[in-house]
This record gives sequence, structure tokens and C-alpha cells, in this order.
Amino acid sequence: MLLTITYQGEHTQELGYLLYKHPDKIQTFELSYGKAHVFYPEVSEQKTMAALLLDLNAIELARGKAGSKEGGLFDYVNDRPYVSSSFMSNALTRVFGTAMSGRCDERPELAEKKLHLTACISALYDGGNPSLAEECFAPLGYEVHTERNLLDPMFPEWGESPYINLTISGEVRLSDLLNHLYVLIPAFDRQKHYYVSEDEIDKLLSHSESWLADHPAKEKIIHRYFYQRKSYAHKAIDRLLETEPLSVTESEESEPTEQKKSLNQQRLEAVKQAVLESGASSVIDLGCGECRLTSMLLDEKQIQKVTACDVSVRELEKAMQRLHYDRMPAYRKQKLTLMQASLTYKDHRFSGYDCACVIEVIEHLEPLRIPAFERILFEFAAPRTVILTTPNREYNCNYEFLPAEQLRHEDHRFEWTRNEFQTWTDHICNAFGYTCELQEIGEIDPQYGAPTQMGVFTKCG
Amino acid sequence: MRIEIPELSLIAMIGSTSSGKTSFANRYFKPTEVLSSDFFRAMVSDDENNLDCSQDAFDLLYHAAEIRLTNGKLTVIDATNLQQSARKKVLDLAKKQNVHAAAVVLNLPESILLERNQARENRGYPERVIKKHCQDLKRSIRNLKREGFRFVYVLNSLDDIDHAEIIRTKLWNDRKDMHDPVDVIGDIHGCYDELVMLLEKLGYQEIDGIYQHPAGRKAAFLGDFCDRGDQNVNVLKLVMKMVRSGNALAVPGNHDMKLLKYLRGKQVQLTHGLDKTIAELSQESEDFRAEVAGFLDKLISHYVLDDGKLVIAHAGLREEYIGRGSGKVRDFCLYGETTGEMDEYGLPVRLNWAADYRGRAVVVYGHISQKEVQAVNHTYCIDTGCVFGGKLTAFRWPEKECISVDALKEYYAPVRPLDEKKEAESMGDLLTIGEYQGKLYLHTDLIPGIQIQENHAAAALEIMSRFAADPHWLIYLPPTMSPCRTSELQDYLEHPLEAFEYYHKKGVEYVICEKKHMGSRAVMILCHTLATAENRFGVKDGTRGIIYTRTGRRFFDQPEIEKILLDRLDAVLTRNHFWEEFNTDWICLDAELMPWSEKAQVLLKNQYAPVSAAGSQSLAMAVEALQKTADRIQNSELLERYQKKQQDIANYAKAYREYCWTVHSPDDFRIAPFHLLACEDQVFSEQSHIWHMENIRNYIADGSDLVFMETPYLVVNTQEKDSIQKGVAWWEDLTGTGGEGMVIKPEYFTAKRQSELLQPAVKCRGREYLRMIYGAEYLSPEYLSRLKQRSLNRKRSLALKEFALGIEALHRFVKHAPLYQIHECVFGVLAFESEPVDPRL
Repeated sequence: MLLTITYQGEHTQELGYLLYKHPDKIQTFELSYGKAHVFYPEVSEQKTMAALLLDLNAIELARGKAGSKEGGLFDYVNDRPYVSSSFMSNALTRVFGTAMSGRCDERPELAEKKLHLTACISALYDGGNPSLAEECFAPLGYEVHTERNLLDPMFPEWGESPYINLTISGEVRLSDLLNHLYVLIPAFDRQKHYYVSEDEIDKLLSHSESWLADHPAKEKIIHRYFYQRKSYAHKAIDRLLETEPLSVTESEESEPTEQKKSLNQQRLEAVKQAVLESGASSVIDLGCGECRLTSMLLDEKQIQKVTACDVSVRELEKAMQRLHYDRMPAYRKQKLTLMQASLTYKDHRFSGYDCACVIEVIEHLEPLRIPAFERILFEFAAPRTVILTTPNREYNCNYEFLPAEQLRHEDHRFEWTRNEFQTWTDHICNAFGYTCELQEIGEIDPQYGAPTQMGVFTKCG
Repeated sequence: MRIEIPELSLIAMIGSTSSGKTSFANRYFKPTEVLSSDFFRAMVSDDENNLDCSQDAFDLLYHAAEIRLTNGKLTVIDATNLQQSARKKVLDLAKKQNVHAAAVVLNLPESILLERNQARENRGYPERVIKKHCQDLKRSIRNLKREGFRFVYVLNSLDDIDHAEIIRTKLWNDRKDMHDPVDVIGDIHGCYDELVMLLEKLGYQEIDGIYQHPAGRKAAFLGDFCDRGDQNVNVLKLVMKMVRSGNALAVPGNHDMKLLKYLRGKQVQLTHGLDKTIAELSQESEDFRAEVAGFLDKLISHYVLDDGKLVIAHAGLREEYIGRGSGKVRDFCLYGETTGEMDEYGLPVRLNWAADYRGRAVVVYGHISQKEVQAVNHTYCIDTGCVFGGKLTAFRWPEKECISVDALKEYYAPVRPLDEKKEAESMGDLLTIGEYQGKLYLHTDLIPGIQIQENHAAAALEIMSRFAADPHWLIYLPPTMSPCRTSELQDYLEHPLEAFEYYHKKGVEYVICEKKHMGSRAVMILCHTLATAENRFGVKDGTRGIIYTRTGRRFFDQPEIEKILLDRLDAVLTRNHFWEEFNTDWICLDAELMPWSEKAQVLLKNQYAPVSAAGSQSLAMAVEALQKTADRIQNSELLERYQKKQQDIANYAKAYREYCWTVHSPDDFRIAPFHLLACEDQVFSEQSHIWHMENIRNYIADGSDLVFMETPYLVVNTQEKDSIQKGVAWWEDLTGTGGEGMVIKPEYFTAKRQSELLQPAVKCRGREYLRMIYGAEYLSPEYLSRLKQRSLNRKRSLALKEFALGIEALHRFVKHAPLYQIHECVFGVLAFESEPVDPRL
């Protein structure tokens, strides 16, 4: 919420000319969600400090503008009024727009000159990433200093705060400093207080053309700047580097590592293969998620009917978009059914398929609900083939990002070892009259096996 | 002419064009009962004479007819029906719906038809059409019976038509008018001694050689009178006498039909104990055997009794077959439904129709012998295998009690051990998705009709499936609670005066103010023994209780903690003789579980603490910068503004920290029960809150276990100023130091004014506490004035509906309702919770 810019050297009062703000006044500007105050805490020959202080209207953030019916963007209990975020960038252009453009009619030579400037930004969100500030600002020639507190001094066990107070100093033109801040502050914070449209790419590039292309962390900065708008980030990078655009789909999982992506691909391939080998022509995909498997199966001539179920209506709507359901050709469409269904409620619609796929789903069920799921699938729906995959917990030690004993996804209720999985498949075979073949998917660790385990159940008789 | 047809049947009008079918149908049937092909032609094409659209019109007509029959409504098909192929559709539908098909034929002389045809203004058919119709009709008439019409009435003249009289007859199985109390008796299989013992135990006395009940109760025999046992003829004699004298009803069993076949001289295998019966019968006279055959022949497959509330059939009955008559229905009544496969004992594998039964009528049946009565979804299987050495059981209606006598011996070795639990037949209470999708209508005692929108049901389905505990435990979900009306006092958003005022206006004299503990809502269910968890709740995972959140999710991820807390609850209840004094072995409590930080870790770390972290560090810098500036320039207004913000954020941090402490051991938890919701046979929703508070103090929060806390409370008289002042002072005291506030409830748990259900509670939160809801700076006048514009209507209406559903769920559980009926109530609460309502209310 507070940005100070300190000019050290000779005749530093001239900062006032550069910023177009009189050092002896307190000036207030209206912003879209509140006000910005500009004042000078320090004015002297050797050192002059200007401060930009935001005064956001918390109630408008939470409830929308007075009189508007749209409602607010943020919760009442929110860090927005206190952090430095896109609101700050917004205020920079509004209050110091001329200085940012590098224009200074009174002191044109000063605007062109590198000065010893220090900027101090309060409460910048970095999510606890200790090197981010260094990575972003050091390559631009700044000396970087950060200060971090505990999240709550009364509860040290809660760990450190995700905010820093950042101080950067260096020999730099004022307009460059302002542009750096303009781009990088929102790259830290990630949340934006306005709807991000494609125009945002122009906005970013106009403030960063001269310096971002050579920045070693440019991709990270742009990705963070656009956060969940991956396609914009890619377009921005392409334009910045003047490369050919790559085609990118919008709804990639957030921050997929190369390895994860290919594991998912391998898993789907293995499942598809197993479906085809079973001879199935009708398949029900239980817990279809984004319908990646479903869409692969629709491509297969052998498969005449695919029903994709998920318990989440939102997920199904996303899947429909992903599959371009509205524009799907009639032949493909008549093979496909999408429906909301639950694995813990008996459902006659599950009956009559050759094969059921339960891909990375069982670990999302409460352990005590699994007996119900077993009966619903293996006793009542009872397809000839059931293909089920689930993580192999033993393999987790290969994931660097995963602390010991932690599961791969926060919604996983459990992950089975190979032994536990086999115990379960044996139980299914005995109780419901199936045989089961186990298969490993993904890179195989000699000691801990593969990341994914698959059981292909076939009904006896 | 008297036209007798069953009150539920499918009637085909048959006749040429111009024969007056439509006017006949409209004259003798309700307009909604008659589905006319002309009408449906018009519906699909705007032209009732448009023959090109006949296919569409008939598709629609038969669709409507099918729905009517499914709903149990007599239906008349008003079309020519002159072709056999057309009539086949009628017959197929009747068969599918298990109703009788009737034909009413208008067979008028050709001359009349031609005359009428000419008189028509714009719809005169060519003469040959009429003639052709007449020929077709002549040819059809004699075949109708053979085609399958059970009732055929041919009206040959205008006079017949004018003087027709439609008489709607009841089906044989319809004994809805019988309201006598009934003792339904399971499969006897020749166990005469036990039958007599059971009748006597039930209070029947033998007078003039016939067993009868002094209070006019009737017996109802579920069939399978003979075979395997040692006194088959005696049983037959007793049953026949009781039935003939009107002291009993009887439905046939599969054994009885086989015996009948034998008696009629057909080839049957003398297996499954039939040989014994036959040996005994051979000692009897020819007349007696004929009498038995006559008796068995007249038995009706099932009975619908007591306004349709009770159904008896030997092997049970699907809902859609109740009150219908067809070969299929009769077969079901006799044999049940099997998959065609055999199990390891060579017995047919049965389909578990009872698991899917959703009817309101209680179905009592036998046929499958098991050690104990099997009750699921309003169905009771009372064949407890007397002949196999089990017992003979009677089901008393309307008491719904079972009374048994043990077998004197094992007369016949069971093929399958009686006490073997067939996996497929247990857990007949798996929930079925169809009941929870789409728009739902629920009925509760407190609010008769509650409607749930489809999208909310879909959201609830997701939450239930992904997060909820075993539905067997979910016999209650707590309702949401509305705050009191927004205060008109200048510096307050909420103030208790508004709550007192609300109840005062609604005529509630006394309210109880309970301290609102800032924790997390927790419902606790505890069974005194593991057996109770299994038998009463149907939970078979080895737990004997649960603590779950307001959305039905297990409170603790670690089962050990839950177990320790439940064991401690059991210890304190046992110590205080709760189980004996309340004559129960389970209890359901509504409580607040603390610390809040235990359940709210994510919220605290991701939202609450970061706001104060960011706020305190930013504001410290801002204030410092402004103070420096003050040396040169007058800026006191701005400085004060930011100092105020700094103070606000400090107060905010103080507010949430109140409710956080780190749990090192179970001793660090605090549980404050505030409602003693239910135990066996009782829901405490009519008791006063003082009763709840006192019982909780006496039996749970007696100070012997520091985990269980009392809830401080104060009774306020809403009509007395002094009392109100005391209430306000108490609230100020509670909230002055950051306490969450209090909950104000009417004296009695369920409060009404005339028929209006009142809010079961409203909350009134403290000034400081509300910073956690509305942000650190909410008390600034510019913010507060906007916050005061809030509407409570939606929240209040939800609170009432959820309250009604929660209480209904408890009542249903206590009354042993089927799981799906309990589940729909808690499902409803979750569905309402998915409605978008300002979460800060």
C-alpha cells in the first residue's frame, strides 16, 4: 500500500520536478477503488523521499461501488487494502504517468540521467518464495533487500508471512524504475483487481519492451503477471521474443511439470489400450473430470458408446466446453452421454456397459465409503471389465516437491502402496467374482515401482 | 346395459367413424379419462382430421395413457380400434401395466352411421369408408375375448347406448376398506403346534372350534401352510375355518399352488416336503381334498388393506404391482423375482426388490426364511423359519410389532443355514441416486411442502459424495442461523435489542440467551455399544459413534482423536447413569467444538493471519512516513486516519487470536453441547432450552471431564425492561473483550405463533468479533452505513426450512424410517446450504 522513492545525490529536491508533484504539498488523487495520497516524508539537498500511499475503500472492494448492483471482487476480510498489488501499478500510471513516460519539461536532462534511487514497497506478496525478489530485480541492476516477519508473532508455529517489505536501490533513470515497478509488482502479487483481457498484453509490453526481453526470468515474470491466463502469457512471450506462436490450450492444469503431464498421457494411453484389448464397445468413464479419456475413446472405431460421469456439475460443464459439445458432429455426439453421477449412490444408469473406467478417482473417496462404491460398481453395475488406476504411494519419494508422508493432491484421502492395492483387488475378486491383472504405469523405480498402478478386472464366467 | 369394469383398467372404445364413440366416452367417463385420437391429431398438427400425422398422434396418446396407468388412473382410448393391430397396442399396454383391458363396442346398424355421416358438415367420409368400418367391426367382435380383452361389452342399438350404466368394480385384492387391526402370520409349513401357541399368545381364543380374537383383530396368513412340517392337515383345517368365518385373510404361497396342482391331478415332483402333506391328505376324505382344492383355488394373490397402508403377499410385492391384477403380479406374489441363477445351495438367486422399494405402504411378506425379521424400506419379511427350527412370527398391525414363538423342534433340515447373512440381502439400504436428482419435494411435520431446486440438489450430491460421512450416521444436520435484525444504534451492526424485539413481537415471553462459543459446529452421535452402532444405525465399520461438521463431513481426519473424545463422552454419560435414566443406548448431541483454529487452520493461515500480517507491516510503514512528513507539513488528518487503521488491524488480530490455541493433546479440546437432540424413541425438539441446558450440565458437563463445557446462559423476559437491560448488559460483558456474542432462542426448542414457525434461534455478534467478518475497519462510519443495508429474508427462510428438515430427519430416524427417507432430509439441508446467501450473515 505504500511505495516510497528516495533520491540521493545533489539537489535532490528536483525529484519534485521529475514526479510533477510539489514537495511541500500533500496531494490526493481519486482512483477507481479509493484514493492515492502523495507526499514527501523527507526533503533535503542530499536526500528526498516521495511517498505514494494507497487508501483503498475496503467496503467497495467487498461490495462493489456504492449504488452498483454488481457486488465486490473481494472478501471483506482481505489483504487488498494493505498490500502492494495491481492497485499500486494502477496508481503509478494515474499519479506518476508523465514521469513514467520519461518526460520532464522542466528538467529534461535529469529525466534522461541515471540517478541513485531507492524504492521501498510495503507488503509485497511473494508467497514465501525467498529468491523471487532477487530473481526479478537483481538482473535489472538493483541491490535488493527484503524484510520478512512471522505470519503471526503469537503463533510462531504457523510459520513465516508470505509478504515482504522490499527495498531496491541502484543507479537508474526514474522512468525505468517506475516501469520496472509497474510490471513487477503485479508479477509478485498475481491477483488482479480488474478483468484481464487481451489488451493486457499490449499494456505489459509497452512498459517493458526495452528491458524484459533480456531479463533472464522473463518467462517466469510473464507467467506470473498473467497468472491463470496461460494463453495470454504465451502470446506475450511470443511477441516479446518475436517468435512464431505456439498453439496452446487454455485449460492446462495449473503449473504442470513436464513429468506430470507425460505421466497423465501415459496413463491414458495405457487405459485406452486396456479398454481396446478387453473388446469393449461401450464404456462408462466414472469420474471423467475434463473428459480426456472420454475424448480419446471417442476417436476409436471399436467404441460405439461412451458415457462420461462426474459428480461435479461444474466439471461436466468444463468438459463440455473442452469437447466442443455444442458443435460436435452428430455421429460423434450420439456416441457420447455426459451425466452427473455419484460413486456412492446406487445408479441403474451404470448398468449395461462392457467396460467401466475409474481413473484416478478412488483415492478421492472417503475410505469408509469405499464398501458402498464397491457394491455399486462390482455388484450392481457389474460390467465385464473394470479398469481402475490409482497412485502408488511408495513412488512418492521420487517427487522432490512432495514432503515425506504427504499425498500427491490435497483432495486425496489416501494413496495405496502396491501391497495395499493388491490386497484390495484380491478382496474385490473374491467378493464379486472378478479376476484382476495388475499393471504399472510410468517410469519404474526399481525399488518403489511405478507412479501409477492399474488393475484390469474381468468378470468371471 | 350394465357395463362392469375394474376401477383401474384400460378401456378401448371400438366402433366405426360416426358411431358416437366420443360422445359416449364423454358422457360416461371423466373428460380427463378419455384420450381421443382426434384430440391428439389436433395437438400435433392443429387439425383433428389430419390422418398423415396419425403416427405422431398415437405415439403421444399412448405415452399419456401409460403415464396415467402408472399413476393408477383408469384410461379410455377413444379411437376406432377396428384393426387387430390397433387393439394389440391397447392389450400390450394393459399387460405392461398389469391392468385389465376392457372393450366397449358400439355396433350400430350401418344405416344410422351413413345417415350421420351425411349430416356432418365438413367431415363426411366416402360411403365406402363407413361400409368398410362396419365390416371390420363385424369381423372383430367375436375375436375380442380371444385377443385378450378380459371384459367385452357390445352395444347394438341407440337404446343400449342411451341406457348404458358404467359400474366400476373393485379388484379382488382391494380391501382398503378393512380397518381392523391385523396379525399377519408368516410361513407355517405344517407347524400346527406353534401356530396355536402363537395365536394364543396373540390373544386368540378357540370358540366353537374357530380361533377368533375378542377385540375383533383379524389374522392374515402369508401362505405356505403346508409341507415339511408334521401337521399339515391340521394347519389347513384351522386356516380354512378362520378364513371362512371371516376371522382371517389368507394369500397363497408357492407351496400351496403346487399342492393345488397336485390335487387337480397334475404331475408335480413330490419334493421340498410336499410328500408329507400328500401322505397326510391321503388319510382324509375325497371331499376334504376337494374342499382344500376349492379353498386354495380361490385365494387372491395379495391384499391391499387399511386405506392402502398395508399390503400382504407371500413373496412380497414391488410398488408398481400393488393393487394390480395380472399373471405377472400373481407370479411375483408367489415366487418373488429371481435372476434365473442358482446359488451354492442350489437355491434360486433372488433379486432384492425390497432394497429398491420406495412405496409408502408397508409390505409384509414371507417366503425367504431368515433367523430374524428383515425390515427394510417399509417392508418386513417375517418368515423366521419355524419349520427349520427357527420361530413362527406374527406382525401386528397397526402396532408394527413382531411377536414370535420358538419352534418346538427342527422339523426339516434347512437347505441354507438360517442365520447365514446373504451379503446381497443385507445392506438393502444402499441409497439410490434417482431420489436425489432433479427438483425435490419434501414433506416435514413443521413445514408441509419444501421444494428444492435441481441445481441445489446437484450441488448437494457433489458434497455428499465427496465429503460426507457414511449416510447411516447422518440423522441430522444443523440449520443455518440468521443474525438479529440490523441495529439502528449508531455504532452497532448487531445489538441484542433487535433479537428481544423480534421474539417479543412474535409473542414469545421468555427467551434464553446462550453464550456463542467461537468454535466449529459439531454433531456428535455415540452408541453405548458397538452392537447398537451395527443394529440401530447399520454402521458396520467398527466405529460406535461419530463427530461430524455442519456439512456432514467427519470432523477429525484422525480417527483416534474422534474415538478418544467419544470414549470420554461415554465415560461421563455412564458415570452419570444417563443410559439407564434415558433408557437408551445411543445419543445425538448438537455442540460447539473448540478451538476454532483446529478446524479453521486453512482459513486462518490463508486469510485471517495474512490480512493482519500485511496490514500491520504496511500500516506501520505508512504511519512512520506520515509522521516524518508531519515535521514539515501539517497533515494531522491523514496521520490520524492511518493511525486509526493501525489500531483497527490490531483489534482485528486480537479478535481472531482469541479463538486460536494449539492442541497438544485431547485435553486441549473443549466441547460445549447445547442441544440434546435425540435418543432411542425420543426427539427432544419440544423441550425447553432450560431443560437442555440442565440435562447437559447434569449428565455431560458436570465438571468431571474438563473437555465438556457448560454453556453460560441467561433467561430474559421480553416484556420487562429490567430483564432486557440485564440481557443487553450480559451481551456487552461477553463481547467487550472480543467474545463472539450470543444466541437468542425462544424458551421452547420449537416455537410457533399460531401456524407460523418462528426462528429457532438468532445470533447477535459482538462489535469486535465482527471485524473478523466484515474486515478490520468496518466500524468506520462510511463503511458501517453501507454494511447496514443487508437483507435477512433469504437467510431466515433458509434457517426455517433447514430447521424443519433437520428435526424431521431425527423424527424419522427415531421412528425407524428407511434410510432413504432420513437421507432426503439431511440431503435437503445440504442443498439449501448450497444456495448463494451472503456468507457473512
